[in-house]
Amino acid sequence: MPDSATAGGFLLVFAIVLPVVGALLSLVLGGRHAERVTLILIPAGLAVAVAIAASIWRTHGMLQYFVGGWDPPLGVAFRADGLSAVMLVTAALLICGIGLFARAQFPSPRGAEKRAPSVFWTLLLTNWGALNAVFIGGDLFNLYVALELLTFAAVPLVSLDGRPETLAAALRYLLFALFGSILYLLGAVLLYGVYGTLDIVLLASRIRAEPAAWAAIALITAGLLAKAALYPFHLWLPPAHAGAPAPASALLSGLVVKAPFFLVVRLWFDVMPKIPERAAAQVLGILGAAAILFGSAVALRQARLKLLIAYSTVAQIGYLFLMFPLAIKPEAGHPWSTFAWTGGVVQAISHAFAKAAMFMAAGLIAEGLGHDRIAGLAGIGRALPISVLAFGLGGLSLMGLPPSGGFVAKAMLLTAAVAEGQWWWALVVLMGGLLAAGYVFLVLARSLAEPLEPLRLSTTISPCRQTIVLVLALGAVLLGFVPLEPLELLQIGRPDIAIDRLK
Amino acid sequence: MSAAIPYGLCSAVLVGLGLFGLITHPQPLRKILAFNLIGSGVFLLFGVIARRGAAVGFGGDPVPQALVITGLVVAFAGTALAVALLLRLVDETRRGTLRDE
Amino acid sequence: MALAFDIVLVLLILGVATWTISARDTFAAVVGFIGFGLVLALAWVCLAAPDVALTEAAIGSGLTGGLLVGASARLRRTETTSGETPSISLRLSAGVVCTFISAGLAAIVLELPGKAPTLAPQVAANLAMIGLDNPVTAVLMAYRAVDTLLEVVVLLLVLGGIWSLAPDHLWGGSPGSRHLAGPDGVLPFVAQLLVPVGILVGIHIFWIGSVAPGGEFQGATILAAMWILATMAGLVDMPAVSRRWLRLLLVAGSAVFFAVGFAGFAMAGAFLAYPEAYAKLLILIIEIPLTLSIAATLALLVAGPPERAPQE
Repeated sequence: MPDSATAGGFLLVFAIVLPVVGALLSLVLGGRHAERVTLILIPAGLAVAVAIAASIWRTHGMLQYFVGGWDPPLGVAFRADGLSAVMLVTAALLICGIGLFARAQFPSPRGAEKRAPSVFWTLLLTNWGALNAVFIGGDLFNLYVALELLTFAAVPLVSLDGRPETLAAALRYLLFALFGSILYLLGAVLLYGVYGTLDIVLLASRIRAEPAAWAAIALITAGLLAKAALYPFHLWLPPAHAGAPAPASALLSGLVVKAPFFLVVRLWFDVMPKIPERAAAQVLGILGAAAILFGSAVALRQARLKLLIAYSTVAQIGYLFLMFPLAIKPEAGHPWSTFAWTGGVVQAISHAFAKAAMFMAAGLIAEGLGHDRIAGLAGIGRALPISVLAFGLGGLSLMGLPPSGGFVAKAMLLTAAVAEGQWWWALVVLMGGLLAAGYVFLVLARSLAEPLEPLRLSTTISPCRQTIVLVLALGAVLLGFVPLEPLELLQIGRPDIAIDRLK
Repeated sequence: MSAAIPYGLCSAVLVGLGLFGLITHPQPLRKILAFNLIGSGVFLLFGVIARRGAAVGFGGDPVPQALVITGLVVAFAGTALAVALLLRLVDETRRGTLRDE
Repeated sequence: MALAFDIVLVLLILGVATWTISARDTFAAVVGFIGFGLVLALAWVCLAAPDVALTEAAIGSGLTGGLLVGASARLRRTETTSGETPSISLRLSAGVVCTFISAGLAAIVLELPGKAPTLAPQVAANLAMIGLDNPVTAVLMAYRAVDTLLEVVVLLLVLGGIWSLAPDHLWGGSPGSRHLAGPDGVLPFVAQLLVPVGILVGIHIFWIGSVAPGGEFQGATILAAMWILATMAGLVDMPAVSRRWLRLLLVAGSAVFFAVGFAGFAMAGAFLAYPEAYAKLLILIIEIPLTLSIAATLALLVAGPPERAPQE
């Protein structure tokens, strides 16, 4: 861990500042220019993310930056390790796809400023800035402000169309998120009270196994679980993600809900590696298993496509938390724990691509049909073949079938579960895959069925938008070519983890 | 340490009180009030920690005090957003609870 | 003696808090909350945190209270229709759970280490370099300036989010209804007296924040309150939110903050770093537009989404 700011650390500042300044610019210039500002900033932000990843890969070390030149614990640090870099690039790529897709849905009018496009583009930029701030934040309070920014930027996207259902969903989302924030803050306050710092690296060196630390970690984790919609805190997610417009749903399910998960990973693996927490990790695993089984089962019973996809998100988030009991081992550097850790991260990334593609495909289908009832999907396979193909490819990842990132992730989790003797998680992964196959095939079968009368779309859907969706789905498929072993990039910056090449 | 014990206990009770209000009141505006109460409890705890950190002539550790100010402003923003959402929802539906789906 | 006062104050705080939770009428609960905030501000003074006391009284009690009073008044009509009261069993179980949680938290508080860790020495050591005398302002504007910067962005974005709640045809209009000043009204009279004084007080509290308790958030809140008062009295009207000058005013503070931050790259080698000779000047350059921007943002946050269509 470097003791001072590293060269290239300034890139971390740009990762946050570019989107945020863009959002402020959109606010001032007026909504007509918001779209233009976003489209200019997307390649810039992507370049910054790639540059950060390249810098980390080249030096095989973390990037670190002390804002204002003040060292922690007095000042705030930004840090990027391999995991941060991967999440930054994922976010940039997804925002690129979402932005290009949404151009047709939220066009900027020539005349007076219109509400929906101005709000959408400004909030898209803000979400991006807040996500980056979460991925590179090195201070618990700075992360609290970033999390709040993320929540406050995501909630209005849910209620963008102004219907009472979406307003109610947005309010419920906000209340759950505020609840999570307060728990998080309480935990952070306790940590400061005992250890005198909120910096992640310093906390890792000062933290000891004592009741105050356990309580603080439990509180912070509980708060983050509420924000990540892990069972039993999942109630807010399906109506919120289903009620938002399709590109916003892609953002929410793909990225926004991963940010609190990212912080739980940071907290458990970077702040507390010395504290044994196997029992607590099992609790997280049980909640994850419940999410997988419950979410998938309820998804099967949905009548509306977007709600089905939203419940599928609830289930797939469960896979993320299965990683904890498998990756936490008292003996650091155990190869299977690294395996499971990599599997969890690959699951987060591939789900981001797959779910974004599925939500956007569902959006196109709903636009074309005028509704999103699953029973009425017959014939859409012929009318919008690219969209249905994208949906299917995304579904591959959810089911865990090769080639897809989801397969890699689930295979890694399965292998780790069996190798470590925690075979019950393997059962859950397999069951989850079966249930996912159930609801994906349900939709595909309906889509490919012959309609009773020839299907006429209410609006024409441009093949350009369908292609963007397909490209995102292919992203999830491409991740399937990731080798089934701990990735070196992800291991950069991880403390005390040895990479063992498995025979 | 001893100077701030009453306020430390006060903050613990405030958190519990606010949580009770959050669970038992169905109306969203009461829940928002309860959130503010819990938040005040958490901030008060931070203030107790600041008081315990009094040194070098300061009455308290300035860092937690500054963080509380930031937290108060962010909490106000959250309350404003929640209230605006609630009022808009009520305008649209003419009802006042989250029970309707 | 001081301990007895502390205990009495704590009992008062808890009493008002209990009233806020248990009052049947929402309006009464909100009034209780405003009182709670004021008593809490006293507690902050006793905890040797006068800056926080000012902020709690102004934002926590004043602005939040004003927001909630307005909301409860508008929700009064729907109150009577939603007469669901929670069951006794829910209350009992919630009561038990919350008591346990409070007890656990209290136990942890009592177990906090005797030798409390503190950052005060580090704050003091660098204070001279920054040129400020108020350590809290130093933390907010120098050591952890990025938190303040993000927080201002949060305020602006929440404002945008609130505006997004307006129906399409009202987008860009003015928040709230037009208040007409009656010729012999008490409110306009009081406002005409109070607002100029309040503005001066707000500026003073902001200005003095570099050496004494105060600062831009507290000063901005007072300025915002004065603007709200003037609006309610009909002295001025809330501008349409699509007005360019308003948008510029809102963003000016953060724009300058970012600009100085970037200048820090060139002048002092890091984002938001201040060269030693100019630190106080740079902080002042940030704080003046920041106070005005925050004042406008806070006032508009209380005003809510646009309710009158913009006149084009």
